Amino acid sequence: MHLTLEFGGGLELLLKSSTKVHKVEVPPKDGEGKVTMKGLLSWVKANLIKERPEMFVKGDSVRPGVLVLINDCDWELCGGLDAELEEKDVVVFISTLHGG
Amino acid sequence: MGSSVADGAKLQPSRAGSRLCVRCGERKAALKRPKTLEQICRECFYIVFEDEIHQTIVDNSLFKSGERVAIGASGGKDSTVLAYVLSELNRRHNYGLDLFLLSVDEGITGYRDDSLETVKRNEIQYGLPLKIVSYKDLYGWTMDDIVKAIGLKNNCTFCGVFRRQALDRGAALLKADKIVTGHNADDIAETVLLNILRGDIARLSRCTFITTGEDGPIPRCKPFKYTYEKEIVMYAYFKKLDYFSTECIYSPNAYRGFAREFIKDLERMRPRAILDIIKSGENFRISTTTKMPEQGTCERCGYISSQRLCKACVLLDGLNRGLPKLGIGRTKAGDGKEHAKHSERSTSSLQGKHGNFDF
Ligand SMILES: [Zn+2]
Ligand SMILES: [Zn+2]
Ligand SMILES: [Zn+2]
Repeated sequence: MHLTLEFGGGLELLLKSSTKVHKVEVPPKDGEGKVTMKGLLSWVKANLIKERPEMFVKGDSVRPGVLVLINDCDWELCGGLDAELEEKDVVVFISTLHGG
Repeated sequence: MGSSVADGAKLQPSRAGSRLCVRCGERKAALKRPKTLEQICRECFYIVFEDEIHQTIVDNSLFKSGERVAIGASGGKDSTVLAYVLSELNRRHNYGLDLFLLSVDEGITGYRDDSLETVKRNEIQYGLPLKIVSYKDLYGWTMDDIVKAIGLKNNCTFCGVFRRQALDRGAALLKADKIVTGHNADDIAETVLLNILRGDIARLSRCTFITTGEDGPIPRCKPFKYTYEKEIVMYAYFKKLDYFSTECIYSPNAYRGFAREFIKDLERMRPRAILDIIKSGENFRISTTTKMPEQGTCERCGYISSQRLCKACVLLDGLNRGLPKLGIGRTKAGDGKEHAKHSERSTSSLQGKHGNFDF
């Protein structure tokens, strides 16, 4: 599945290449044929994050204080971890932690 | 989790934006407000966000017409949104304020530059004049000079003390009547918690005041006292405001970092927790048997001080007399520990968002 991921608020510094926008191809989980936010988070952790993953994830979700938007909509309105992504969705992650 | 079950999110989890704004009933909801759990659209969010800040300003009589107000601007999210919203409200509601951006340049080669660039762009974007005061102007020493004189080991004492005062001194230099800072509800809740953890009763009561220093030369206020960080960042994101955020990842103070994380965990379970902690802080009554430190002012510069000279003046004295160690080591509990952990890197966090409690 083709997705556009955007990292902001300093999260981009944790990535292998510290650009903000990443066009990626995320494979659906075996047998399910779909990509959920939960699946995406573990994919990002495994494939994009270079250092200090604890700044990005906590347990199986994002670290509290990291905002997530799916197609510019707060993920809390879209089902959070269970939200199912679709082809060409844009997912934005923004850290709110510090740097006021 | 309690908050997400309430409105049927579980029944229709899949698509983004399939639900309508509870305020206008017309447009798709774009976010869930942490304060009220309402789902609202972008346009309605702008309205309620700005109106609540206006209401806070009016209810607390933060400003008087004709005042010259310095916005402490670091280039970070909070002060950027504050500058934007305040200039909007000033126009919209005719506050009659003479607003300007005030930034402090510590004089650290190759450091401050990026965030100052952001503030310079903000100057143009929001049409607010920008004044940059440097440590050199304020103290006669740049941070680089200080490090040269004293070495890397103790420079944190300096940056903590100097930064705490820099905004006040800069505002005085520019004849401001008031300073506003971008401290938000999350910041204040965190500080309440830290002051409890440290048993710092004097600061516990003071840290929730929306205006402080009314007895001193320049009062400071926090129009974002009740504004959630999540909403500030969402607002900046939707409005595409230009802010700087690289320092966020490096928390200079581990203890403060834990308190922040705890607050954020609480918020996830029950977003109201942030407002409730502030409320608890506000309602603390100090028993008469608790000794409060005497607050006076520094003989030389007028800054709040419990001693004859404030800490910055003592340190400056040492630097100027070639005895830079003067004043270090006899640091009272707060200062030394506060800065012990943080490295040079943190000197980039302007106006001591992390490193101090000048609320
Ligand atoms: Zn609406
Ligand atoms: Zn320091
Ligand atoms: Zn002084």
